[in-house]
Amino acid sequence: MSRLALILCLAFSAALQAQSLALRAETLHTAAGPAIADGVVVIQNGKITAVGKASDVKVPSGLTVKRVKVAIPGIVDGRSTVGLSGLLNQPHDQEQLEGSAPMQPELRAMDAFNGRDPLVGYVRSLGVTTLHTGHGPGALISGQTFVVKTDATEVTRGVLKPQAMVAATLGDGARAREAGKSPGTRAKQIAMLRGELVAAQEYVKKLKDAEKGKEPARDLRKEAMVQVLRRELPLLVTAHRAQDILSLLRLAKEFDLDIVLDGGAEAYLVLDELKAARVPVMLHPTMSRAFGEMENLSLETAAKLQAAGIPFSFQSGFEGYVPKTRVVLWEAALAAANGLAFDDALKALTLVPAKLLGIADRVGSLEAGKDGDVALFDGDPFEYTTHCVGTVINGVLVSGGEETR
Amino acid sequence: MKPILSALAHALAWNLALLPLGAQDRPQAFVGGRIIPVEGLDIDHGVLVIQGGKILALGGPGTSIPPDAVRHDAKGKVIMPGLVDSHSHIGSAEGADGTAPIQPDVRVSDSLNLASAAVMKARSGGITSVNVMPGSGHLLSGQTMYLKLREGRTLDALAMGKLPNGSYLGGMKMANGTNPRRTTGPFPGTRAKSAALVREQFVKAQDYQRKLKEAGDDPKKRPARDLAMEALVEVLEGKRVVHHHTHRHDDILTVLRLQKEFGFKVVLHHVSDAWMVADEIAKAGVGASFIALDSPGGKLETKDLRMTNGAALEKAGVVAGFHTDDPITDSRWFLREAGLSVRAGMSRKAALEAMTLNGAKLLDLQNRIGSLKPGKDADFLLLSADPLSVYSHVEETWVEGAKVFDRANPKHRLYATGGPGASHDTVDLTHLLALEAEETYQ
Repeated sequence: MSRLALILCLAFSAALQAQSLALRAETLHTAAGPAIADGVVVIQNGKITAVGKASDVKVPSGLTVKRVKVAIPGIVDGRSTVGLSGLLNQPHDQEQLEGSAPMQPELRAMDAFNGRDPLVGYVRSLGVTTLHTGHGPGALISGQTFVVKTDATEVTRGVLKPQAMVAATLGDGARAREAGKSPGTRAKQIAMLRGELVAAQEYVKKLKDAEKGKEPARDLRKEAMVQVLRRELPLLVTAHRAQDILSLLRLAKEFDLDIVLDGGAEAYLVLDELKAARVPVMLHPTMSRAFGEMENLSLETAAKLQAAGIPFSFQSGFEGYVPKTRVVLWEAALAAANGLAFDDALKALTLVPAKLLGIADRVGSLEAGKDGDVALFDGDPFEYTTHCVGTVINGVLVSGGEETR
Repeated sequence: MKPILSALAHALAWNLALLPLGAQDRPQAFVGGRIIPVEGLDIDHGVLVIQGGKILALGGPGTSIPPDAVRHDAKGKVIMPGLVDSHSHIGSAEGADGTAPIQPDVRVSDSLNLASAAVMKARSGGITSVNVMPGSGHLLSGQTMYLKLREGRTLDALAMGKLPNGSYLGGMKMANGTNPRRTTGPFPGTRAKSAALVREQFVKAQDYQRKLKEAGDDPKKRPARDLAMEALVEVLEGKRVVHHHTHRHDDILTVLRLQKEFGFKVVLHHVSDAWMVADEIAKAGVGASFIALDSPGGKLETKDLRMTNGAALEKAGVVAGFHTDDPITDSRWFLREAGLSVRAGMSRKAALEAMTLNGAKLLDLQNRIGSLKPGKDADFLLLSADPLSVYSHVEETWVEGAKVFDRANPKHRLYATGGPGASHDTVDLTHLLALEAEETYQ
């Protein structure tokens, strides 16, 4: 072996070493089973290799063992705009909404994500390891979302899904800001979406029927909608009024779309319909401001969705003003104080969003084979006075304590 | 009827109107709860006795309970003083309009909708006293009003008192930094101009005050009545506390200079950069009304906001109280700010004071409210668990001996949890943004 190769090999193994760590928690919540008292998570080369009681799991020699009170899976934020809607709230750092047209499904979140925005680091320091982020609510079709780890200062790494969903909005949020522009009404919104989907169907047909060399020119906007039609990308639709949720369900049925409801302030009024349509919910932040279309929101919606057996995830959502982001952990905490069981709240913060995003093979629970993403606390993670004392991504301690201190 | 008797009858009628029948006569005792009086040590298995809207006594299990007292079982509950929110916009508060940056004659009281859902939500969050203010889109946007959240829909029913000229007890809202700046009209375009405009008005007010003084009792020598100047004279004489919106460290120091120059009483509000200048605030002997938010950012002036502000103000020895700035944060989550600030290094004792007694101090009402002490108003909460815990609920809110929120009552509970119809009449976002500078957030 040449000296250079040896050095490279050593450097590589050192990097892997840095991705290896054992965490021993007085209480270990895996999200895959009951809590384990005095549990251990072993992470080697970035992946979890063992989880269990400290008495049952043998920690490989040479591995650093970090002791904590409570460990949970790295938090998966079900719907955010962090990294696109920057801390300063000035035109140069607001990328979540492009106002030039009502429907722009071709806009990709990856092309706008700033992993170095301070809010990415902020939520990372509070245990969030995976973000489903991208274009926000506020346009009929605002663009796409993607899934990224919070240690991805650049999108050349840490991307779990370059394209996750296509984000749409129904109701007042999607109304054109100027008079005489579309969509001006709810009916027009559905008409435009239907038109867009039919145009995509026809594009597919033309592509299929065209003789070789005579195919229609590539249309990126239609290509994105074709992905929606083919259920490759779910349509993530922000809707709050029961009326808008029902309109959405009709549209989904008409085109056999894969739908995820975002927001859902009045979801508790249409539980049966949501369940029958098998539509999961990225539930609005528990502490959203209750005005406009969200005036009827309830702190107990999470508990009601759970009782109805409708899969739902917590999210930090989009904030137009102060504070510029919410912290998904605290949104879950308040739901846990309003009728949702602790374990269900924890799952809606980890495993459920991972499943809804199709990344549960990588993240969302502490199980062998998954990424070594763990959030560490000095007490009940939901309590206000508890601290996130560390965030681990791929076995690396990426934050040694929260930025609230 | 002789005037004195008539006044007495009037006062009695007033009291009867405020208190449920029976409550004004018979004492009430809350027995067995953990009492956090805020002034003094916590009491386990405590007894709180109230009568006539006032606190009669509190103490341990041996505290004597008047034999005719109505007894309430408070076992397993936590009893603490009603919360004092020193900065809120509930009741669809409005103040000055777009015609001038300084409008001291405008009174927030003339805009309030006390039937607003936000008022009931505030009760459900444990708030019993609140400083309702006009917005921060002006250098001076008008007179604020101190409300006691008793039952009632009239200003008189909820007022904390009146000034000699008949206006409701309250302060004066001022602001600096970016919110009062506009590129059009008579509004300032820079920070220096902002300070200059304020200085100009206070010099005018000093002149008006001097003329009033020189005229003495001679009505002929008195200057023509000027409602704006009268209100500023109230400020100069310390009858109205200036509640000053200010975020950035340099803006905070500007307020302190102006305060020194004109000698008015001031409370600094928001103080996002408090952690940078906490010692300067302490040295000036000025109080701070602040907010603990979920994250920094959202506007340039809050980019450096830290959850450690409470700890920094405590360490520097500043009298600091929390506020909701409702609708910036919902009144129902007010207690949460104490929890988050303890998370960020504030002591439990200081955080609970900042929820109650310090708020009272910032409004100059510490002799009436802010702690559980014999002689003070019977404003208190029954909580299901520790006030700093996320799992704790406000079960009952009592104001001057009357229960104004009861979680066991489904109609009341709706306001606490939300649901169909829980937000009718609340402030919407357009209103929120109008409270601040109009053009900044378009």
